[in-house]
Amino acid sequence: MSIEPIRKVTSRTVVLPQENIDTDQIVPARFLTTTTREGLGRAAFYDWRYDENGQPRNSSLFNGVNPQTHRILVAGQNFGCGSSREHAPWALLDFGFRVVISSDIADIFKSNALKNGLLPVTIDAATHLRLLAAPGAEVTVDLEAETVTLADGARVSFKVEPFARRCLLDGVDPLGHLLNEMPAIEAYEARP
Amino acid sequence: MKPQSLFDKLWARHVVVDETADAPAVLYIDLHLIHEVTSPQAFTVLAERGLNVRRPDRTLATLDHSTPTLPADASGRLPYATKDAEEQVATLIRNCERHGVRLLGLGDPMRGIVHVIGPELGLTQPGKTIVCGDSHTSTHGAFGALAFGIGTTEVGHVLATQCVLQRKPKSMRIIFDGDPPKGVSAKDMALAMIAEIGADGGQGHAVEFAGPAIRALSMEGRMTLCNMSIEAGARFGMIAPDEKTFAFLEGRRYAPQGEDWRRAVDDWRQLATEDGAKFDREVRIDAARLSPMITFGVSPDAAAPVDAIAPAPVSDHEKLAADYMKFNAGRPFTEARVDRVFIGSCTNSRLEDLRIAAEVMRGRKVKAGVVALIVPGSEQVKRDAEAENLHRVFLDAGAEWREPGCSMCIAMNGDEGRPGDLVVSTSNRNFIGRQGKGVRTVLASPATAAASAIEGRIADPRPYLEARHVD
Ligand code: SF4
Repeated sequence: MSIEPIRKVTSRTVVLPQENIDTDQIVPARFLTTTTREGLGRAAFYDWRYDENGQPRNSSLFNGVNPQTHRILVAGQNFGCGSSREHAPWALLDFGFRVVISSDIADIFKSNALKNGLLPVTIDAATHLRLLAAPGAEVTVDLEAETVTLADGARVSFKVEPFARRCLLDGVDPLGHLLNEMPAIEAYEARP
Repeated sequence: MKPQSLFDKLWARHVVVDETADAPAVLYIDLHLIHEVTSPQAFTVLAERGLNVRRPDRTLATLDHSTPTLPADASGRLPYATKDAEEQVATLIRNCERHGVRLLGLGDPMRGIVHVIGPELGLTQPGKTIVCGDSHTSTHGAFGALAFGIGTTEVGHVLATQCVLQRKPKSMRIIFDGDPPKGVSAKDMALAMIAEIGADGGQGHAVEFAGPAIRALSMEGRMTLCNMSIEAGARFGMIAPDEKTFAFLEGRRYAPQGEDWRRAVDDWRQLATEDGAKFDREVRIDAARLSPMITFGVSPDAAAPVDAIAPAPVSDHEKLAADYMKFNAGRPFTEARVDRVFIGSCTNSRLEDLRIAAEVMRGRKVKAGVVALIVPGSEQVKRDAEAENLHRVFLDAGAEWREPGCSMCIAMNGDEGRPGDLVVSTSNRNFIGRQGKGVRTVLASPATAAASAIEGRIADPRPYLEARHVD
């Protein structure tokens, strides 16, 4: 699987205002027995979307969400905390998201997301509050310029680790990068 | 040269290519632990790209997450929760065979939870870099190793190159002063620490735990504490090695032997943080003022002393958690009825944990209606516990004594609570649904969990521990 490069996404937002949304919420553990990366969109936020009998929940914040037009997830602070399961970004991507915005995103989730073409965007608390208050708003996230543009034209900047940014923009492959360093790795191993 | 911290030294020793503005450092990995859940897709990438496992000799696999903890039936079939779980186990077995990776599979006397067996076998050593596709890899930092959890893509990177791409995180030191009172274990220190700095308090930081209360901890206790650093958002948790570390490792199967051992210990003594080393952040906690802790919310930082009163929720987040957990605000936590108790997981399933649980349970009965599951962390722990007859204590009390594995910590092998159950658990995560749909998890130490099993309510373990010490 090669990742889809990402430059600029203009889309409506889905807002999940809760703090500390952990990876067990994003993909419940019972879906982790899979041996592939595909098809996990069904499992995304499963217990938030469906009740004990597998029926859609009336109260779900995902009701009315169209994965084609809602590609930006705005979530409460410390999104993606918990386990290192890469199934979390796989599920969000397969569901249709390309961007996650929060005031604070957990380290391992962030690293996993970047490696799969899901862009984690950390922004200031004030802009975060504005986004949380406006579910469904149209937002533009520009990775090249590292900016988020809100519906009213307000623009804030964000930072993505430069190597990950290059990988996402230009399709640079991190494993290829490591394989290119093989002479250095061999030299390291040969040290006494 | 500037005074160096343990973390600085561990990092510097493993840099293959320095980090630049454009690219992270290439960091060499000494030991790669793998298990069935986060590895299959990494092996698929190797296959797609025609790559092999570069250093099978630095890779060790085990089966722990989706394996049953009930024994095989008469026909020898294990009671897998699902076909998929069984297939996942079979996939790891195939991948290991194909790539020559050593697998401690079902039936192997060395099998167990990945973070329990590394130290037990003496593979976890000071000065090493250790990774695993599992966020609790920080456990191994208790030995003065640089140990951290990685995702599946990175598992693929390590399989193919024995390296990861990583920028050096910021550093933080958490100093525990004072002497913890009786009944306060490493788990209580961990929960108090997370409550203090928050579930994201350690984000972006490598944490070193230091201070007299850390020196006083056993290696098991240090593992419990480092294990929980990820619950404060810190991917790396570590403790400088000392005589206790060396004593724990000496003579273990994969620890250096003879002259190599002496040389290794000399080297390990050089690792400790030097006076004057700088940290980006420093936190001090007075261990003498801690109590046995429990969690009452749906994030590990919602922790309070076991004898406290349930607080009224204020923020939206707290209201959501309170709605789910259903504690009566204004009433003591110890009034809450318990349905299940789980003693196990890479946080608290080692011999020391089981000894404490047995001390509380000895000669007593699990309250009628409460299911108590005791799941040793490894085959070795199980053998050691049985050699001391701890299993008898548990069985006589009416608890279940299971086969080693992750079990109800992640509840993907069929061991789980029923919707609405209140579970007192020695594991590490109280997330919504973590131990089964609708299950309400209360994190606690083995002593607190055992006392709660006896009383059928959340219980303060101190009276049990004190009573024992009088006679
Ligand atoms: S016991 Fe729990 S936290 Fe530890 S490795 Fe297993 S699932 Fe992960």
